[in-house]
Amino acid sequence: MTSGGIGELLAGARVCVCGGSGGVGKTTTAAAIALGMAAEGARVAVVTIDPARRLANALGLDELENEPRRVDPDRLGEGTRGELWAMMLDPKRTFDELIERLAPSAERAEEIKRNRIYRELSSAVSGSQEFTAVAKLHELAREGDFDLLVLDTPPSRNALDFLEAPGRLTSFLEGSALRTLIRPTGIGMRVLGRGASPLLGALRRVTGLDLLGDLSTFFALLGDMTEDFSTRAADVERLLHAPTTEFLLVTAASGPAIEEAIWFRRTLDQTGLQFGGAIVNRVHPDRLAGRAQTGETAQTGETAQTGETARAGDALAQLLPADLAYRVASALTDDQVLARRDGRNLARLTAELGGADGPPIIRVPQLDGDVHDVAGLERVRAFLFASESEREQMIAELAG
Amino acid sequence: MPGLLDRRLIFVTGKGGVGKSTIAMALGLHAARAGRRTIVAELARQDGVRRTFARSGETFEEVEVADGLSTISIDPESAMEEYLRVKTGALGQALGSSRLFQAFAMATPGMRELLSVGKVYELAQFTRHTGGADPYDLVIVDSPAAGHGIGILRTPRTFAEIARVGPIAGTAQRIAATVADPEFTAVVAVCIAEEMPVNETLWLRDQLQADGLALGAVFVNALLPGRFTGEEIGSLRGARGRDGTLADAALAAALSEHARAAAQHEELARLRDGLGAGVAGFELPYLFADTLLEPELRALADALGGLA
Repeated sequence: MTSGGIGELLAGARVCVCGGSGGVGKTTTAAAIALGMAAEGARVAVVTIDPARRLANALGLDELENEPRRVDPDRLGEGTRGELWAMMLDPKRTFDELIERLAPSAERAEEIKRNRIYRELSSAVSGSQEFTAVAKLHELAREGDFDLLVLDTPPSRNALDFLEAPGRLTSFLEGSALRTLIRPTGIGMRVLGRGASPLLGALRRVTGLDLLGDLSTFFALLGDMTEDFSTRAADVERLLHAPTTEFLLVTAASGPAIEEAIWFRRTLDQTGLQFGGAIVNRVHPDRLAGRAQTGETAQTGETAQTGETARAGDALAQLLPADLAYRVASALTDDQVLARRDGRNLARLTAELGGADGPPIIRVPQLDGDVHDVAGLERVRAFLFASESEREQMIAELAG
Repeated sequence: MPGLLDRRLIFVTGKGGVGKSTIAMALGLHAARAGRRTIVAELARQDGVRRTFARSGETFEEVEVADGLSTISIDPESAMEEYLRVKTGALGQALGSSRLFQAFAMATPGMRELLSVGKVYELAQFTRHTGGADPYDLVIVDSPAAGHGIGILRTPRTFAEIARVGPIAGTAQRIAATVADPEFTAVVAVCIAEEMPVNETLWLRDQLQADGLALGAVFVNALLPGRFTGEEIGSLRGARGRDGTLADAALAAALSEHARAAAQHEELARLRDGLGAGVAGFELPYLFADTLLEPELRALADALGGLA
């Protein structure tokens, strides 16, 4: 584990992808990372997906734009030397823009956008957010003049969706599964494979959809563009596998989130992607850290801590009415349950990631409310960018 | 209007990380204890994405996990295989085993969602189509997060509209009618008292309305206890010594919890305001627990005691 924070981890990186399952604070973390890197002098763009309204407002984000926009330096800290740019991804529009860019003519682009299969693909269908997020990342990496791109990933059931969904959609657009059935012949398409015909007929009978017709039209419209999709997919693969691209896993300290983090790491390793480290949000600090050992008795672990909270109750009874003292002590007891749980989960994560030699695990403590403004981001940033020992100190202060 | 648990089909939806699966299971336990043969169906592989981590028994099989409570994990591939086998006989079986056919069907936008919800529909039938299976009194669907969840509910109607003829068009029409029948089906949301989940719950309600569906209930999960009055908080602040004593650590814990509870309180008020009187709300306590296993689920099921 390195002693530095995110700043050290991202030194030299051009792309930082923040993955993780829904509800773990990914958007906030991505924004705080971008803010911190901008403070250190970089020109940073953060691409967010569906940020909370108040946070979006705080950053001056406008959902009507689909391009990064510079966050007013007056909103940021005095010491910010770089530039912070932010955008909110509009998947439908990103998809449309991609088609407009790749289509040989404006008319063709319009025709594709009117096609029923395309309309389904670009909006309702799951995976379009992931596909367009990667498309936007690729576009910004190629054309944007940024030192660092920070990508928040869509709120999916699990972190791997982000890696798999774009590929699924690309292979559909490439038509690789379908080309074996349909082959373009001049303007239109018709079924050539003799073996395929009965299959398609049966499919039509079962689904009641003239899929062949619809898909033929769609692929005829795409024409040579399918090759562009392949080329782009290869470019995106290269970008994601580049040594200057770091994947950060954002997680919470609860059991299922930690299990998923461990699994995500293994999967990244298998796919050859660079796992930069884990950011564990909402950690409940142990307010009695170090005390269990100093108790008069030889009690350890839970028993000792239960004893501690009982003694806390006794001490509080000197200061407060008995009933109130009891409730305060209960708050400590409950708080300790979560602190011990988080401690165990973090220990498990640390061991799984390779202990002291593994990638860094950065803890951000449970804060007292939602992060919805630059001041809130600044608080998160402070934890992310502190060195390990500074962070330890900050968490102890917060707990005490 | 029948009570929530008197329907046969309940879709549980909500933003990721709010405890949707936990509430779906707690609802299931509650219903099973009330004597209703219940199954919780997880649409885990709604995207065909591999499961987060393999857990044994989570297959396309109905597994009884407690008295009167079963679970199943529905994936579109298995649903298609079963559908073709049951509905279209030998031709279907031949098709199901064709990789080309699979690739084609799965590439059809919306097909995966339709197949999943089709299996849910099958589970909720009074007479099951799958050989010898017993009917359930209640099917609880652990739906994908809100955005995809809406997709799942919409797909049958979309299909019914665009498909011209054939068995799937007919099935889609029947499923769409079932989903839209408030006597049979309810859609409920799970939420926590934070900005984004509250927004998403209100958004879900509007989306459902636009589709002619109603949000049946909202479960507000993980509410911290309101242990202290404002006046008491004043005394606690006054009592803090910042001297590293045990008593001071307890005061810090109490004040921190109170601050978070107050933030929750604001969001809860906003949720109630937004929902108005028309939607039933159920509030569930934060569980100070290591893990969410059966005892915790049972505690939540107890907390659902007022639910009809």
